[in-house]
Amino acid sequence: MIKHLKILEFAISSLWRRKFKNLGIIFVFSLIIFVLSSILLLTYSFKKEAIAVLEGAPELIVQRISAGRHALMPVEYMKKVEKIPGVGAVIPRLWGYYYDISTGGNYTVMAEYSGLKDLVNIMEGGFTGEKGTCIIGKGISDARFAGIGSIIPIIGADGKVRKLKTAGIFTDESRIITNDLIIVTPDDFRDIFNLPDNMVTDIVVQVYNPTEVDNVARKIKKILPDTRPITKNEILRTYDTLFDWRSGMVLTMFLGAILAFIILAWDKATGLSAEERHEIGILKAIGWETSDVMELKFWEGLVISSLSFLTGLIGGYVHIFFFGASVFSPALKGWSVIFPEFHLMPYINPYQIVVLLFMTVIPYMAATIVPSWKAAITDPDVVMRG
Amino acid sequence: MKYRVFISIIMIEIIVISGLFITAAGMVEKRQKEIEAKKKIVRVLRLTDLSIWTEARYTRHPSQADWFAPFQDYPSSIEHFPAGSILYPSALSEVERDQK
Repeated sequence: MIKHLKILEFAISSLWRRKFKNLGIIFVFSLIIFVLSSILLLTYSFKKEAIAVLEGAPELIVQRISAGRHALMPVEYMKKVEKIPGVGAVIPRLWGYYYDISTGGNYTVMAEYSGLKDLVNIMEGGFTGEKGTCIIGKGISDARFAGIGSIIPIIGADGKVRKLKTAGIFTDESRIITNDLIIVTPDDFRDIFNLPDNMVTDIVVQVYNPTEVDNVARKIKKILPDTRPITKNEILRTYDTLFDWRSGMVLTMFLGAILAFIILAWDKATGLSAEERHEIGILKAIGWETSDVMELKFWEGLVISSLSFLTGLIGGYVHIFFFGASVFSPALKGWSVIFPEFHLMPYINPYQIVVLLFMTVIPYMAATIVPSWKAAITDPDVVMRG
Repeated sequence: MKYRVFISIIMIEIIVISGLFITAAGMVEKRQKEIEAKKKIVRVLRLTDLSIWTEARYTRHPSQADWFAPFQDYPSSIEHFPAGSILYPSALSEVERDQK
């Protein structure tokens, strides 16, 4: 045991002799782990939260498709769907988008019939369903500096301005689902967008037996060929794959970090510096065994990689869960004007952390040991002469 | 005794990470109410998507977008919304494959 500790002591002293180089390696290595762990933590917690929250999504939604685009649906379609065995209530949805010239942001406008009174604990103010009032998301409230009682002017399809009074604001915690929402009454919705009474945006279909949802979807498609049924499972699967580390830009960042790591490891693996070879030669000449030299290099690799891994991982965690992925935010935001601040749930997948450990620490240690082993098995005289 | 300093630093880092991970597990438990509240909003408003990228229809409502949505403006139009490069396309379900 004492021998191992002595070799560790020697390894650290040896690293400290070249402290600027080694501290530089630790810094770069930590940065790579920081980026990789941030990506893994961010995508995983996004995914877990999306799936947990969207468990409440409708079992089946039916859109009408016209010329390959989502189109308004005539209310007669609802009657046809209602007749399908196993179908419960068929509820129309009224929703659309509104581009606000003053902020440059896109809002999602939705009409709500009932049930909002149950949500009083997740919004400031309330919603009485009175015409000319609305509930807004925190993103809109921030963009327009609007509070309870503020007026939100909306330009209707006829070019006239409707002044909606803010009756409620969704709380900060619900930003990830309500940030850009404006909830209005169905009458106001039809008035703003000049929507005929016999049209709805799409419909929600309640199915009595959840195992029958796919069958009902197929029947709807058969009866109404110009529709597209979307099941809850499809929504959940969309979000399961949406925040994937393989997606475009995330993959680019991920590959960039991996490439940087490969260069770092490659630099180590392709050879030792003359000074390091000289050191190995001297150690061999004064009686060190090859196994001792290998152990020395093992400790050197472990000191650098373990310090870097742990520092990078702590940094990644703090970045994602304490600072809301602030480093990635400008890239993630894209052109969105209304973009939520992230208060992500700290969901962690231990499997991903272990994979990251094996993908970085082990290759780095191997890259440190292999060239040293080559030098250590060579005659000390040859090694020292170079 | 430099190795003592090294072992101390490693131990401190392991304790910090363990602390963060244990707190995270507790936090997930504690904030379960928050998730339930969000789920309730989704249920009451019949929402289908998270409000993250508001720059285009298919980034605001990825689950409601059509399959060729990134090229929706005109035939062979290229993807031009930055968020479109972050989203990963979903795999088609059996029902969707039938529809296609």
